[in-house]
Amino acid sequence: MKIQKQLKDQIVEICNSFNNDPCNLINVLHQVQGKIGYLPVEVQQVIAECLHIPASKVYGVVTFYAFFTMTPKGKYAVSVCLGTACYVRGAEKVLEEFERQLGIKSGETDATGTFSLNTLRCVGACGLAPVAMVGDKVYGRLTPADVKAIVEEYRAMEK
Amino acid sequence: MANYKYHILICGGTGCHASQSAKIKENFEQLLKEKNLENDVQVIATGCFGFCEKGPIVKMLPDNTFYTQVKPEDCREIIDEHIIKGRKVERLLYLDPKTQEHKSDSKHMGFYKKQMRIALRNCGFINPENIDEYIARDGYKALASVLEQNDPEATIEDIKKSGLRGRGGAGFPTGVKWGLCRPNKADQKYMICNADEGDPGAFMDRSILEGDPHSIIEAMAIGGFCIGATKGLIYIRAEYPLAIHRLQVAIGQAREYGLLGKNIFGTDFDFDIELRYGAGAFVCGEETALIHSMEGQRGEPTFKPPFPAVEGFMKKPSNVNNVETLANIPVIINKGWEWFSSIGTEKSKGTKVFALAGQINNVGLIEVPMGITLREIIYEIGGGIKGGKQFKAVQTGGPSGGCLTEKFLDTPIDYENLVAAGSMMGSGGMIVMDETSCMVSVAKFYLDFTVEESCGKCSPCRIGNKRMCEILDKITKGQGTMEDLDTLRNLAKVIKDSALCGLGQTSPNPVLSTIDNFWDEYVAHVVDKKCPAGQCKALKKYVIDPDKCKGCTACARKCPVGAIHGTVKNPHEIDQAACIKCGTCIDTCKFNAISIQ
Repeated sequence: MKIQKQLKDQIVEICNSFNNDPCNLINVLHQVQGKIGYLPVEVQQVIAECLHIPASKVYGVVTFYAFFTMTPKGKYAVSVCLGTACYVRGAEKVLEEFERQLGIKSGETDATGTFSLNTLRCVGACGLAPVAMVGDKVYGRLTPADVKAIVEEYRAMEK
Repeated sequence: MANYKYHILICGGTGCHASQSAKIKENFEQLLKEKNLENDVQVIATGCFGFCEKGPIVKMLPDNTFYTQVKPEDCREIIDEHIIKGRKVERLLYLDPKTQEHKSDSKHMGFYKKQMRIALRNCGFINPENIDEYIARDGYKALASVLEQNDPEATIEDIKKSGLRGRGGAGFPTGVKWGLCRPNKADQKYMICNADEGDPGAFMDRSILEGDPHSIIEAMAIGGFCIGATKGLIYIRAEYPLAIHRLQVAIGQAREYGLLGKNIFGTDFDFDIELRYGAGAFVCGEETALIHSMEGQRGEPTFKPPFPAVEGFMKKPSNVNNVETLANIPVIINKGWEWFSSIGTEKSKGTKVFALAGQINNVGLIEVPMGITLREIIYEIGGGIKGGKQFKAVQTGGPSGGCLTEKFLDTPIDYENLVAAGSMMGSGGMIVMDETSCMVSVAKFYLDFTVEESCGKCSPCRIGNKRMCEILDKITKGQGTMEDLDTLRNLAKVIKDSALCGLGQTSPNPVLSTIDNFWDEYVAHVVDKKCPAGQCKALKKYVIDPDKCKGCTACARKCPVGAIHGTVKNPHEIDQAACIKCGTCIDTCKFNAISIQ
């Protein structure tokens, strides 16, 4: 990806708002990812320049934390909770069914960029276990049989 | 508040929020407006009530009526009946499963009877976004008295005498920690709150931050005064947007009221708080890793000493406390250390919040006095095992803890007893498992987690856990040998002895405790190539009994992969090659014709 000037300016502005302080690297990454959705290498290089630290250090931090991603997420980001409460109530089967219905594995985005699938650890809605999220919407008390309808709900919106 | 005749409290915690509690609030507000009641009835979104199983919860004041599983369309009936006619809506009241009676007051429900709320005292009572409501419940009174007394050493002494220990897991005495930081001289010290709740299945810190953020701010200011810090930092997970929002609102209000900032309560004490965001790394719950993360680094732990009390954030003396620990501080000061130390067991004082989850009837957030037994928690508060199944194990302490069996049901819970039983207190996840849970798979689940979350700095944790995980994988696939079980034990011992940080040192616990308590189950996987719980996929096969099958086609229609074939009124068959072993057919069959072999 080639960075457009406008995007670069935005990143520089975010870094400036944290006084280009390397201590605030994680806060900067949060804001940049919030703006463009992911953190490709080119973006990391701009941040490294602004904060006067090696790009390898930025890369090290980005890859260390699960929250940061270097690949763009789909329009509908599906996250299946694999916290312990969901696990003992059958979350793995729900995940497998999502993988089957979407035709992608956990951690992937489909070719059209419509869906991406991820797992996460505990949404804090253990009373509704097992739980999955599509974007910000929470679906609770799921069984594998419910998955198809959820996926179709979003597919229908795309048509 | 004085003018309102009724208050409607709606749970705004994450679980209830996911079940449309925001919509319920909106409906109430709209309906009240329609009926010109908006000046008589106040609608408030509160923090978590804890009874997530029955959410969304709506509580009516002043009569304390507790409505459960409320839907947005129930709002009209509640207003028409309860508020206008003064009659309770029976069908929304909690139904006691034993007596089949409706209970209207939460005090009489089994779920709440044995609980004691100190850390969660305000959750579900106040509007967390209104500082006045916190102040009305003795908020900031403890800070005022500590500053007035102006004797930080005496305050530290009180916290020591109260017996409060760290609620993040390890249980280090809080007063001692403060006392270690205080004498260290520096131009800047830091009071840090660890809100990086990474234990899967634990959400108490989040509930406190969402339901009672001011209690944390007040406690941090008290801690800051005691150790000599003027700066406070809260390290919070970015995955908790609601908690972050509530904290930001609370910090803003506290500044406005002069409870944060310069010359607090007219004294020469200055204190302010900043938020730092985590980014999803379990290891950052370890205090040295947390500090590195706050400095913008990879969250890798470092060897202690030097302890953060000597060399912490930006190499300055720092003190790190967990959210739940801090939530206890104002109460201890207001009610006195004697009161606090009268609760609990000899070495573990006060209460502990547990996130009760898994195969249990009442999932939720509970706070109980130390010394309560697992039996009381599971059968009285938790209402027993779901679906009348058999209790098998309870897992405490998350990825660092272990699985306890029936023989520990009557052991009083405290830090020491849990460790002696092969588990630990941890941050307070408590997952109940029934006969359908395979203990080898559970051990593998936790190890998968550790492998994924290991920071990779020390080889025992990075490589050792990976090897253990591979062996467990082999066993669940029916390829394990008895020698593998010995290797597991050896590896576990080496990792315990040699890993760098607390997380690595405790990571073999789920494996060791399941080997110790469920040896037969491991042997069944290895020798008989069978999974007694019927959970390990590679070891099971779904079959339809042709004598019992009526050919109703229900299973074939539900099967997500179309692996069930047959014609109407004739016995069906499962295509084993296509079957993904999801178990949907077994749940669908009304004739018990499908079994696992």
